[in-house]
Amino acid sequence: MPRRLWLRIGIVVLVLAGSIWYLYPPRRTINLGLDLQGGIHLVLGVETDKAIASQTERVAEDLKNALERKGVGVTRIAREGQAAIAVQLARPEQWNDALTAVSEFGGTFERRDEDQAAGRFRLVLGEAEVNRLRDLAVRQGVETIRNRVDQFGVAEPTITRQGDDRILIQLPGVQDPERAKALIGKTALLEFKLLDERTSPEDALAGRLPETSEVLYQRRVDKDTREERRTPYVVQKRTLLTGAELNRAEVQADPNSPGNWQVSIEFNATGARVFGEVTEQNVGKHLAIILDGNVYSAPRINERIPGGRAVITGQFTVEEARDLAIVLRAGALPAPVTILEERTVGPSLGADSIRQGLIAIAGAAAIVFVFMLVYYRLSGVIADVALGLNLLILMAAMAAFGATLTLPGIAGIALTIGMAVDTNILIFERIREELRVGKTPRAAIDAGFARAFRTIIDTHVTVLVTAAILYNFGTGPVKGFAVSLFVGLTASLFTAVFVTRLMFDVIYMGRRRLEAISI
Amino acid sequence: MIELFRAPNFDFIGKRRWAYVVSVVFILIGLTSLVVKGGLRYDVDFAGGTLVQVRFEQAPTTDRIRSALARIGLGDAIIQRFGDPNEFIFRMPLSESAAPTDITRRMQQALSGEAGLGKFEIRRVEFVGPQVGRDLQLQAVYAVIAGLVGILIYIAIRFDLKGGIAAVVAVFHDVLVSVGALSLTDREFSLPVLAAVLTIIGYSVNDTIVAYDRLRENRGRAAQRKGGRFADQINAAINQTLSRTVLTAMTTFMATAILLFFGGKVLEDFAFALFVGVITGTYSTIYIAGALIVDWTSYVERRHPGGAGPGAGKKAVAKPGERRVKSHV
Repeated sequence: MPRRLWLRIGIVVLVLAGSIWYLYPPRRTINLGLDLQGGIHLVLGVETDKAIASQTERVAEDLKNALERKGVGVTRIAREGQAAIAVQLARPEQWNDALTAVSEFGGTFERRDEDQAAGRFRLVLGEAEVNRLRDLAVRQGVETIRNRVDQFGVAEPTITRQGDDRILIQLPGVQDPERAKALIGKTALLEFKLLDERTSPEDALAGRLPETSEVLYQRRVDKDTREERRTPYVVQKRTLLTGAELNRAEVQADPNSPGNWQVSIEFNATGARVFGEVTEQNVGKHLAIILDGNVYSAPRINERIPGGRAVITGQFTVEEARDLAIVLRAGALPAPVTILEERTVGPSLGADSIRQGLIAIAGAAAIVFVFMLVYYRLSGVIADVALGLNLLILMAAMAAFGATLTLPGIAGIALTIGMAVDTNILIFERIREELRVGKTPRAAIDAGFARAFRTIIDTHVTVLVTAAILYNFGTGPVKGFAVSLFVGLTASLFTAVFVTRLMFDVIYMGRRRLEAISI
Repeated sequence: MIELFRAPNFDFIGKRRWAYVVSVVFILIGLTSLVVKGGLRYDVDFAGGTLVQVRFEQAPTTDRIRSALARIGLGDAIIQRFGDPNEFIFRMPLSESAAPTDITRRMQQALSGEAGLGKFEIRRVEFVGPQVGRDLQLQAVYAVIAGLVGILIYIAIRFDLKGGIAAVVAVFHDVLVSVGALSLTDREFSLPVLAAVLTIIGYSVNDTIVAYDRLRENRGRAAQRKGGRFADQINAAINQTLSRTVLTAMTTFMATAILLFFGGKVLEDFAFALFVGVITGTYSTIYIAGALIVDWTSYVERRHPGGAGPGAGKKAVAKPGERRVKSHV
């Protein structure tokens, strides 16, 4: 009586039941890759250098205020290079006061290039601090994008950090990739600056531009001709308010431009106070509303606005307005991002790919099944059953681990069909050989399984090693291939050896003396 | 029972010179193609650039498409039919006009603006920036090297170093032939194709290990029978496993053939690489790996006669009574 028959049958039944349980219903359990269900895959690079530069500029601004409050006059304080601030004192005699003020200001600077006589020095951000800022910029970037994607409403998005300064984003099932990319990639830095009323755009473009001002453009895309028109504005560099001070941003119909929309914003307490002061002190002047360096509008300040409410207009469509409100609510990205890699698959291609993949698997399975049946007869049928179970376990394992099925993954399944049957071929050829040498069928079966086992292990290890290497360095679809190959062959160890042996034992156990087997 | 080979006894080792010639010829053909065409064509995965796949309701002419693309500065894109006459692929190298941020919108604009193109659907967009492309190239090289080294180490441990090196040379030969075939048929090297190459490495080694295993087993038993000549033993091992090798090759071959012909255009290059790889993988196991060991051994024997037999010093292979091996074939 073959050993522990019932135990072994029990194990197989358990595995079978478990597989079916994990797989049902198939539509929900199997995680489809982007190339099968459609969607966007993006890798963004965060320009941490720019994050550091803007941070340094902010610090320079604050430092200037701090020095002035201490009564230390400064003719020039500006960012130099990426992470350094150059300070030129108005009166070199105030050197010590200046240094005291700087150390009271705090922050992690090193003083360099000191020239006490001339009243000049540079403050350089320490390297540890720079790295910390880089890291912070990327982490905040991930959070902000996650925020935006949440509001956009995508089912099961993936947003993770990749390496030092990259962000990986996967949005399955997204229908409008342009809109999604615009939403994610927008820096969305909202700034309020006063126009430089004393310099005209013509003067500025001719080069007569004061150091405290800059030229920014308003871009208007004509909806019909799709031509872009740029109008220059001369604005003061100093940023009075940013989007960080916003509390709310909402979409409204634009009363002055029927059919178009606008975004109404509301500042928080600090913002409202500053806004009130600015409007109070600058009645009659113009306040430019700037997003990512583009002037959206520059309305005239007619009176003091205490409530901290304003409106951003630009003849938006409802989608444009909605997307703008989303990015304003989620906040600006701490540093601009560039698209390093993009793979977008439309849903129709995804459905086609699934169909073709399934045909391939069905075809491969059919051919192999028939072949085994014809060449090895009943034993071939046993191998076929084991192969079927192998596929079932493979799919169930992928569902259970949440592995993603991609198009190459489907190819991997077809390949597994061809290769997993190898194990049985090894065993059966061995059995045939033993029979030829003259062993009894039972002994031949035993010898066949035993002798082939070592080889089976070796062959599996080599392919598993290559699958592991593939997984380690491949991107999404290739990873999927490695996974199905790996899981499929591991499962085949179970089905082609354990289950097949069990079936042999069960089928031939009744007979006292086994005369012949069908192989 | 149906048997493909009844106790085969082909003289593979004896015919190995022919096999070497055939191998060298194929490799040379492949290399020539590579040189003449200036290397492999890289897909956007490795070269960087943008790829757009579009399906038209009515099959358009390439000229119309080109004139549409020219309007957005992409007039020299590579335009290829992809599968059936309604489906096309445009490939554009890295440039301003093909920047990912709004390529879809601009392409839609350009295509809809061209008379005679009719309705269309953008099915797929892939963009790989220069940095990512370079990274992937590097990783590809590492992966292949890692694969070969890993296999060398594994075989050296399980069998012996000589066998390991012979197997790696055989596998490398497979990779060269496959890459040559890709170049000959003007196919592109992309990430999935790289996956196929690595799979071929795994599959080819698989095959070779089965033969080695049998050799080792035979030599274990032959020690009692004052083992025959080494070349004969290798020949015997290959013959004994011939059934299994060819059968598995057939099943895998059938699976990849189905993939190639029915798996769809997206997978075609990948399936092709696998297809060629299975054939050469089997061939290299039967004709190359064993032959290399034999020749190497006889080379060593001629240098140091009566000295180390194959695998001397490594536990798994030689039995004590077998030091002197007549290896002149």
